Amino acid sequence: MRRVAGIGIPVIVLVLLALVPKLSLDIPVVLNGPLSSPGTLQLLALCLLFSGIALTYDVLFGFTGLLSFGHALFVAAGVYMTAIALTRWEWGLWPTLGFVLAVALCLPLVLGAVSLRVGGIAFAMVTLAFAQAGQVLVQKNPYGWTGGEEGTGLNYDAVPDAFVGVLNTKNLYWLALGYAVLVFVVVRLAVGSSAGHVWQAVRDNEPRVAVLGLHPYPFKLIAFVLAGFLAVLGGVVWLLLIGGATPEVTTANFTLALLVMVVLGGAGTRFGAMLGGFLYTLLDQRLGSLSGSSEVQDLPDVLRVPLSEPLFILGTLFILLVFFVPGGLASLPARLRGLRPRREPLPEEAAA
Amino acid sequence: MSTFVLLTITGLGLGAMYFLVASGLSLIYGLMGVLNFAHGAFITVGAYLAWWFGEQAGGGAGTRLLVGGALGIAGGALVAALVELCLIRPLYGRPVEQVLVTVGLALALGALVQGIWGADAKPFPVPSWMIDTTTILGANVPNDRFVEIGAAAVVLLGLTAFLRYTRFGLVIRAGVENRAMVSALGIDVRLAFTIVFALGGALAALAGVLSGVYFSVVDPGRGTSLLIFAFIVVVIGGFGSIGGSAIAAVAVGLIQQYANYYASSGTGDLAVVLLLALVLLVRPTGLAPKVAH
Repeated sequence: MRRVAGIGIPVIVLVLLALVPKLSLDIPVVLNGPLSSPGTLQLLALCLLFSGIALTYDVLFGFTGLLSFGHALFVAAGVYMTAIALTRWEWGLWPTLGFVLAVALCLPLVLGAVSLRVGGIAFAMVTLAFAQAGQVLVQKNPYGWTGGEEGTGLNYDAVPDAFVGVLNTKNLYWLALGYAVLVFVVVRLAVGSSAGHVWQAVRDNEPRVAVLGLHPYPFKLIAFVLAGFLAVLGGVVWLLLIGGATPEVTTANFTLALLVMVVLGGAGTRFGAMLGGFLYTLLDQRLGSLSGSSEVQDLPDVLRVPLSEPLFILGTLFILLVFFVPGGLASLPARLRGLRPRREPLPEEAAA
Repeated sequence: MSTFVLLTITGLGLGAMYFLVASGLSLIYGLMGVLNFAHGAFITVGAYLAWWFGEQAGGGAGTRLLVGGALGIAGGALVAALVELCLIRPLYGRPVEQVLVTVGLALALGALVQGIWGADAKPFPVPSWMIDTTTILGANVPNDRFVEIGAAAVVLLGLTAFLRYTRFGLVIRAGVENRAMVSALGIDVRLAFTIVFALGGALAALAGVLSGVYFSVVDPGRGTSLLIFAFIVVVIGGFGSIGGSAIAAVAVGLIQQYANYYASSGTGDLAVVLLLALVLLVRPTGLAPKVAH
């Protein structure tokens, strides 16, 4: 019974999400247009994209216990490499995709091989430094490729027609949904594999893994490469969705946002991380328009100023969550169940 | 030759700011094991408070800088002490949650500053004698560089004396080496935590004020950009070591200036990252052993 529920709920959620562009429901306050309108689809696509990217970060932080502050670099690599290859070098779609896939494999492999030689806080610092180097490169605008502060546009001639134009926003939405599903399936398989079990063992007690005769380094490197690879793919989807590359993806704040998403939803859980990414993006986008609304603008300054900064609200919310709901949103059902004493069947019993 | 002198002194000025930020970070991490991401926010808050109090005080640039600077530094210390008391202390023994709280705080405080004072840069009061130059070995060096270097040198000496000759310094040094043993001996380490946080906040605010003088403007992104290099300095110098931070800060500041000039602009930041990678691969614990001195 649990098994059916375990597969059933994601499938139902997936079918509902896939049908969104066909629905013209209005959800007041949360969204500012009917579900099938291009603006709303764009926003929801961004939310889905971030639920996927947040899950790639969860592979590192939640499942392997690696506190990386450089994950933005891989998303940025996907965004910028694709934009540069298509727009500046005028490569076709397929050569570009091949090139980006190669980057997606090699970049995390090289950076992971170096930074995983140290652990803990030093690892966090090295990844932060590499991401900083990436940001500097983008700002430096070598050969005019990255466009510096302004970013670079996207050469739409090379992009399939299905992803161009406001009318095709629904295709972009499905692309983002497809990306989120892909990440979910890959992460589910990876975490369930024997390597995935080692990741979780490394997270819980790395010295013990070493004592048991397993070398943690290659397993951590696999996690790093997998997370980096999927994040680069996320960057490609981002580029198509936004229609250009902007330097904000290279900033340290972007990685911090990913960390916030994962912790918000629940580190070490797949649905939690995805939910966190979805909600964070939704709040980030919608709180911005809330701040412009007349209700907030009419408030006295003491309330108006903090409320008009989405990041202030998100940051405060995050601190409250760390204090009062340490497991993130994913732990809420269990907490609520804990209020009613009821014995959960063990997995073995449920399967029998 | 004159270019080299100018670069060296400017690099030292930059290193001075890195040192002020890094010494606080390093002590906090060494003593409490908290990687303080909110430190960047302390820099920004300190710089903006200094600017704001300066505007309120009025008068010439010198008065505004002096009054604003003093109150800004006090404000930075106060904010940091409050953060430690209200947010860090309840999470004692849960280091990951402590880091997460400082991350949330970095986002929230940064956004709050931007909300109150806007995203645009504000002109910082710089007295004219600091803009004037002094000729050293043929190089025209702006005088504010000497102020930065002097402030950092005073802080380095003061901090060393504080750690070496006072009772709190003794507790902090002992706590960096073995916190559990210090508590077991019946000494209240928590007071030392608050003091170290307040000290770190004051030094960060001082760095914010000096960076205001150096760049002659303050903007909401100031804290973050200084913080990343301060992190690099702390890792290179070794956590908990003031002397290590000082040496690493000078090295990072100089390398950045030389590479930016002799190679091309922006190379300096890359060279610093490369230096960090090299140091970590050769000596993962940083240059200095983990001792506060």
